[in-house]
Amino acid sequence: MDLKDKLVSSFMAFEDRVDVDTYVHDVRSEAIKIFEEKGFPTKKEEDWKYTSLRSILKEDYSVFPKHENTTEYRDVKKYFIHDIDTYNIVFIDGKYSSHLSQTTHDGMDVCLMSAAFSKPKYRLVIENYFNKAATKDSLSSLNTAFSSEGAYIHIPKNKLVEKPIQILHFSTGHESALMLQPRNLIVVDENSHVQIIERHQSLTGNPVLTNSVTEIFANKRAIVDYYKIQNDNKNASLIDHTFIKQKQESLASVHTFTFGGKLTRNNLNFYQEGQRIDSTLKGVTIIGDKQHVDHNTLVHHIEPNCESHQDYKGIFGENAKGVFNGKVVVEKEAQKTNAFQANNNILISDKATINTKPQLEIFADDVKCSHGCTIGQLDESALFYMKTRGIPEKEAKALLMYAFSNNVLSSVKIPEIKQRINKIIANKLGVRIGFDL
Amino acid sequence: MLKINNLHASIEGKSILRGIDLEIKPGEIHAIMGPNGSGKSTLASVIAGKEEYEVTKGDIIFEGEDIGELAPDERAHKGVFLSFQYPVEIPGVSVTNFMKTAINETRKAKGLGDMPAKDMLKLIRDKSELLEIDRKFLSRSINEGFSGGEKKRNEIFQMAMLDPKLAILDETDSGLDIDALRIVANGVNKLKSNNNAVLVITHYQRLLDYIIPDFVHVLLNGRIVKSGGKELAHQLEEKGYDWLKEEVNA
Repeated sequence: MDLKDKLVSSFMAFEDRVDVDTYVHDVRSEAIKIFEEKGFPTKKEEDWKYTSLRSILKEDYSVFPKHENTTEYRDVKKYFIHDIDTYNIVFIDGKYSSHLSQTTHDGMDVCLMSAAFSKPKYRLVIENYFNKAATKDSLSSLNTAFSSEGAYIHIPKNKLVEKPIQILHFSTGHESALMLQPRNLIVVDENSHVQIIERHQSLTGNPVLTNSVTEIFANKRAIVDYYKIQNDNKNASLIDHTFIKQKQESLASVHTFTFGGKLTRNNLNFYQEGQRIDSTLKGVTIIGDKQHVDHNTLVHHIEPNCESHQDYKGIFGENAKGVFNGKVVVEKEAQKTNAFQANNNILISDKATINTKPQLEIFADDVKCSHGCTIGQLDESALFYMKTRGIPEKEAKALLMYAFSNNVLSSVKIPEIKQRINKIIANKLGVRIGFDL
Repeated sequence: MLKINNLHASIEGKSILRGIDLEIKPGEIHAIMGPNGSGKSTLASVIAGKEEYEVTKGDIIFEGEDIGELAPDERAHKGVFLSFQYPVEIPGVSVTNFMKTAINETRKAKGLGDMPAKDMLKLIRDKSELLEIDRKFLSRSINEGFSGGEKKRNEIFQMAMLDPKLAILDETDSGLDIDALRIVANGVNKLKSNNNAVLVITHYQRLLDYIIPDFVHVLLNGRIVKSGGKELAHQLEEKGYDWLKEEVNA
């Protein structure tokens, strides 16, 4: 049985375990129909032209983990941003781990989707927001159909959340191959500010496929900063869908740091539903081996006087493949839009490839939109300059690549994240950082 | 310290240096002058080890060792320094971090550990004062958005930090106003000792009023056609290069 059939037929078993007499389940039932009809995307679809899922779909994934698994904090501590105080929502093989988590209901809700789906006090928020930002594409629909667990974060108005929130997914390898479908809902009300860090980490070499959906609602004047650390091991693949709806004067940023994983696809969609909205999308990708990373972004400018800033940098070695597809839509009403997009890439091997494609659809006439993409090698004159100062070729190259990717980090607001990412970049490039960051 | 014998070099099959002989002893300042296209900058690049140039004949002996086959960083470790005519911008690498990396890599090549942070800070402070460099400047990305004068001052600051045996200053005076020129020359003079040497490459005599050479060589068409004392520079300033060209052709 192929994975699609397996998923569709297991939907009935899934229904035995959840409350079917709810709004949420109506949405799920709709979604499974969409998935059944569309199936997994293939390279024939424009959006998937350069990314084939075939090799990762052939594994015999367990779609519901059989056991409750645990892991000790000391074994996974290094995957946490642990040098600062944070809220933690931790899942092990898709199941909530209370002993690794630190949630709260003190003036806000930092807890679980399973709770939000089942308890009456969350019903209004769920009915107002659940699946209201996600698109009806097949993979998001697949996630919606099986949505049962993930992070639920609701920050009421005028609240500055002092501690960042970490959402961590660990897979233990107890299943020979595992498919995970976390579903997160994040609602940030007027004037509130929250910072979120997300990470998926497999603890063994067993294949893992994660099909994740996160919906984020940034209401009036809210500030949401989201950091994705993607440094998973070589048999883990991630298809991430993040949908962000912004209301007037809100600020939302998503930083995506991709270093690991077998295949990583990031679908990142911003919808600006108000005036004076600011959206930031930044990414650093450094991969090698046979890794494949595909960033697919959309910024939808719907109303006037808004801005978007997109800056993705990639370094591709060995047989790695990179894809960047950045779509910016500026509606007719969205006058005075300021949309900026850049995608700069360095290929450090003859066999590495990058396909980069900006797509601008502009229907307004009084806008500033710029885009640029570059694909290049390292600057020879800079290398010579560094060598004359006694820096050997290997270190000089590493330092140049480090500098190239590092400037995306200037907008990271949490110093510990900046430091962590800097260290990962340095490790990845084999640069000895003999200086302060 | 440096002995160049019958050096020929070419780039992409085009011959640029056609038999250079030059000897520089410790404590000396040499100047190489010549019109555009005479091969001045090529000579500087070839001594520093730029790979694009092919040395077709002759050798470069530094401190008794043939360095012709060494990579630029290995030459730097032995004490060769090149101040660039056009210093390269490196976005994302601060002046301080660049220097820390350069010094520690040089120490590593000599089998030493990293310089202690305290010593590094003191060195940076002392040398930036010498070149009248504002501390804020040191945290900026190297050469990015620097004015012409700032770039050249920064080159000499790097020279001061690395303390080379032989410093080659390639057109260090270009792009400098008179104040910056004075600061740069002053820095070079203070760094000068009986154990090191300087090779000044320049188009104009102006810099040589501040960095006074012991020897002046004129490079024409890839060869040194005349050598003399500092008075030769004045002669060139007055008469230009044409009389020399005629002399060579005759």
